[in-house]
Amino acid sequence: MDVQASGGHPGDADAARPNGGDAPGTTAPRPPHKTSIVGVLGEILLTAGVVVGLFIAWQYGIGDQIAAAQNRADAQALAEQWQDSPPAPRPSPSETPEPDAPAEPVITPQPADGEVFGIMYVPRFGPDYAVRMGGGVSRERTLDTIGIGHYPGTQMPGEVGNFAVAAHRTGFGGAPFYSIDELRVGDPVIVETADGWYTYIFRTLEYVRPTAVDVLDPVPQATPTGIGGRYLTMTSCSPRHTIAERIIAYALFDSFRPRADGPPAGVPGSTVTASSAPESAES
Amino acid sequence: MYAALWRVLPGPWWVRTLILLVAAAAIVYALFFYVFPVVAVWITPEEVTVQ
Repeated sequence: MDVQASGGHPGDADAARPNGGDAPGTTAPRPPHKTSIVGVLGEILLTAGVVVGLFIAWQYGIGDQIAAAQNRADAQALAEQWQDSPPAPRPSPSETPEPDAPAEPVITPQPADGEVFGIMYVPRFGPDYAVRMGGGVSRERTLDTIGIGHYPGTQMPGEVGNFAVAAHRTGFGGAPFYSIDELRVGDPVIVETADGWYTYIFRTLEYVRPTAVDVLDPVPQATPTGIGGRYLTMTSCSPRHTIAERIIAYALFDSFRPRADGPPAGVPGSTVTASSAPESAES
Repeated sequence: MYAALWRVLPGPWWVRTLILLVAAAAIVYALFFYVFPVVAVWITPEEVTVQ
């Protein structure tokens, strides 16, 4: 388009120039390159703008995808490790196991701070959703680095009481609870430990103040403690990207499958048909 | 700054472009995988626990 302006025809350009500065066949010495401070400053600012733009793109999506892929890979490796070399089965708490009775859940010991003890599967969050779970809810040791954290002192999967966990909704550790507000009544939430699979059924959402620690009670928000069911409480931030409130998701324990029986419906690689799992309840 | 960088790079223009593209990709990779995860902790505080 601007071929002529950029000197695409050197012969014409030379002929047109009255003083003939660039004589054909000779290379005129190039003028020395001057580096102006303003020019360098401008380039630095432009570069900084590009970096900030990249950061925003990373914060609002790309980073989550990178970390979520890493979460899946880590969880898959852990699940394969458990499957290939299952640990010695812990004794089931039921004294006289009946063949037809549903398996009594084996209680995994409380993990140490930052110790990986489980994997969470939520089919509603995606068919290949899998995130590792670690002890404690510190950002450095669990939430930013492992994924989902277990509130120390709350119960373990399958135990009577409240199995309470926390995870990010944006930005860090793959944002495991990004879609927590999209859970529907009846959605399975499956926790895998070395001992087997614990299936919880989602019941309800709640928005609370950050100080509402009673959601962690053995019976959530029932103080003094009532008698009990087996609950799963998931906490995260609300709205996304803020620290204003917390979103709480409650689920009720449904069933336990020992490791020897293989993964239940909803876990990638399961051979169990999903028909037995309750679908979204009619409202 | 970038003009000086262009001058010190060897080879014809397409080699220089290739070098710059590879360098840019490496920088973006380092930002996404190492720099941003670290600085994000300070830039966007996010609390997900009740306490």
